[in-house]
Amino acid sequence: MAREKSSKDNAQALFHSLRSAYAATPVNLKIIDLYVGFAIFTALIQVVYMASVGSFPFNSFLSGVLSCVGTAVLAVCLRIQVNKENKEFKDLPPERAFADFVLCNLVLHLVIMNFLG
Amino acid sequence: MPANLHFEIARSIVGFFVLLLFLSFCEAASFFQPISDAHRSAALELFSLDHGSFKSLEETYEALRTFDLLGIEKKPDVTATACRLISEAVGSSSSTPKDLFYALKANSIAKCTIEDKAFQGIIKRLNAAVDGASSLLDFHYSVGGLVLIKSYKADVHLANADGIFRSVKAFSQSDGRWRYSSNNPESSAFAAGIALETLAGVVSLASSELDQSLISTLNNDISKLFDSIEKYDDGTLYFDDKLVDGSDHQGPLATTSSVVRGLTAFAAVSDGSLNLPGNKILELANFFLGIGVPGDAKDLFNQIDSLALLESNRQGFPVALLMVSIPLILSLPSTVLSLTKKDSLQVKVNTVFGSNAPPLTVKLVGAFTSDSKDASLVESQELVFDAGTGLHNLNNLPKSIDVGSYSFVFEIVLHKSEHEKVYVTGGHKKVPIFVSGLIKIENAEISILDGDLGSIETQKKLDLAGQSAVSLSANHLQKLRVSFKLTTPRGHAFKPHQALLKLRHESKVEHIFVVGNSGEHFEIVLNFLGLVEKFFYLSGRYDIELTVGDVVMENSLLRAIGHIELDLPEPPEKAPRPPPQPVDPYSRYGPKAEITHIFRAPEKRPKEELSFAFLGLTLLPLLGFLIGVSLACITFMFSFNQQKLSRVGVNLKNFPTNTVPATFAILFHVSIGAVLLLYVFFWLKLDLFQTLKVLGLLGVFLVLVGHRILSYLAATSAKLKSA
Repeated sequence: MAREKSSKDNAQALFHSLRSAYAATPVNLKIIDLYVGFAIFTALIQVVYMASVGSFPFNSFLSGVLSCVGTAVLAVCLRIQVNKENKEFKDLPPERAFADFVLCNLVLHLVIMNFLG
Repeated sequence: MPANLHFEIARSIVGFFVLLLFLSFCEAASFFQPISDAHRSAALELFSLDHGSFKSLEETYEALRTFDLLGIEKKPDVTATACRLISEAVGSSSSTPKDLFYALKANSIAKCTIEDKAFQGIIKRLNAAVDGASSLLDFHYSVGGLVLIKSYKADVHLANADGIFRSVKAFSQSDGRWRYSSNNPESSAFAAGIALETLAGVVSLASSELDQSLISTLNNDISKLFDSIEKYDDGTLYFDDKLVDGSDHQGPLATTSSVVRGLTAFAAVSDGSLNLPGNKILELANFFLGIGVPGDAKDLFNQIDSLALLESNRQGFPVALLMVSIPLILSLPSTVLSLTKKDSLQVKVNTVFGSNAPPLTVKLVGAFTSDSKDASLVESQELVFDAGTGLHNLNNLPKSIDVGSYSFVFEIVLHKSEHEKVYVTGGHKKVPIFVSGLIKIENAEISILDGDLGSIETQKKLDLAGQSAVSLSANHLQKLRVSFKLTTPRGHAFKPHQALLKLRHESKVEHIFVVGNSGEHFEIVLNFLGLVEKFFYLSGRYDIELTVGDVVMENSLLRAIGHIELDLPEPPEKAPRPPPQPVDPYSRYGPKAEITHIFRAPEKRPKEELSFAFLGLTLLPLLGFLIGVSLACITFMFSFNQQKLSRVGVNLKNFPTNTVPATFAILFHVSIGAVLLLYVFFWLKLDLFQTLKVLGLLGVFLVLVGHRILSYLAATSAKLKSA
């Protein structure tokens, strides 16, 4: 019983520390995190829809899911590059990273629109 | 419809037999139709003006001469065109002797006025041409031109007639042919005709008497030329050249025509020393008549011109001087006589151009069939001449002439003995005649006989004139018999070319049998026991068709007389199959069998409401994102207000307030929006290439603007950092 309680307490303590640490992250990173979450969620909903009604037309499903996943990936890249605590990208101006993000997204969406049918 | 097809086939078969028969008779038969209105209409069609003018002076002359000989009235535009061309040629100083020759020839018919001055000029030029001539054609045109002028001015002479004669004679060969020049070794009868014409002109233009020996050598040449004459099977004679160089080949018509021109011209000047046998003239005339109506203008001219020259009274010579006899042509308006219609035999005798013959009688010497080769079926009798129609008639055909094909032999007997030197009649003339009539078909019946005993099981009378059809049935042990009797109008037995019985199965397999005869009685017996294999063991309904036909039978018949149900045994294993029937060759152009396509079953689509529900669900995360962003903004602004401005950090809404960067910022957002809008259009209606083109432009703009604004932002944040 003490062990259960302690594991529960541990989990709760872990959760709280995570939350407070997260609160310390800059706002822009939080916005990027929100964006990633939104993209993944959209992808999940599309997968559920496909699972329920079947995969015809398959190319549309693929383009939908991959656009979400692709934009999420690009957002993660942006987050890595913009994060000040990341020593690797110290010299990269965040505007440059943002410009890369925008351009890559545009290219991705061009391809997606083409594949959408 | 099938009955009509068979009728056509039967008719063509009958026609083929007629042709064979006619050809077999043609060996010795030679009768041709004289010149008629068909030639006149052909002349008008062939010699029509091309764009208001003739192509050459030669054609002008040919047209005028043909119209003149055929008695066609000259149209004023033809004469006007001819006169124009003639005066052009005569007036021009650059006309060749050939042009002048044809112009003068044409003028002798058209009779346009030519000035005396022009004549003098022509005479000078032609004399010069004669002196300078080196080839046969040079001599021909220049001497010929001078001969034509002589008809206008009598004082035209050839100075060196002897020398010119010898020069032309030098081109002759030993076989009677002539060469064109000393360079060209090829000799032809065509050139011989030209040479004879030229030499005749030289003789007529000679100022002093020419050496008679020279003229007599020409007689030798002419007889040698006649040695090379060729003959068709029906006896007509013609000249033809076999030249090594095919391009110069004129053809038998042109060659014979040229020789005839030369011969008649020479005969006119040779004063009786030339003796052309009359029957050769007749056969040459038959050659020209045998062509019928030519389709070419030059051929028509050659034909008419030569026939006119052979019928020399057109030249206007006195009868006593004629050395070329006038051929008389015997022709029949109709060679098929019907006993039913009581046709009478009619014969016409004309000259070649269709004009009247002198008083004469036509005698029917004999009538022969293919069986009675030498014994004539009729005795020699004279035909009665009807002056009104100009025909010689035999009103009632003798009783010995029954239906069939005959060869009648005629003879022309002139009334006046002096005409016999002038006209040539050609002796006995064989003409193929068909006598047709109604054949009586009697006692026609069809019966089924018992196999072994031969006793009649069913017997039905056939009405071959009517339309009735009989219906019979038999098995393989029985026999089918068809019999009838044929008699000619005169009561004799008749054997037609075709007496056939055809049985056709439902599957279109056919069998044809010949009906044999003994005298008048025709009978065929089909023993089915022996025919089982030939019929391919096919049982069922067979249509029976009887064909009785002949060229002289006016009531030939091809009739479906009924059908028979045949019961044949089963075919054994190795029995031959019936041959495949020909497919209608036009069926492949008809509609084909319909193709039923098998389509893939379309995918099941979900209900629309479900799709819309999920669409809404998809938009939820977006909403969540927007709410989250606005929350984060608010908290940040809230905390920002509480902190100092000096805090280092990337400002969220770092919107520049200066104007120039502000516009760039706006432009940046606008161009991103434009690209996204382009993508929407891309999905709606554009294609990839159009999108890429526009995207290229927008993208460049976007990059430029973005670079400006972002570098500005980077510069400001760097300043803030360093500050």
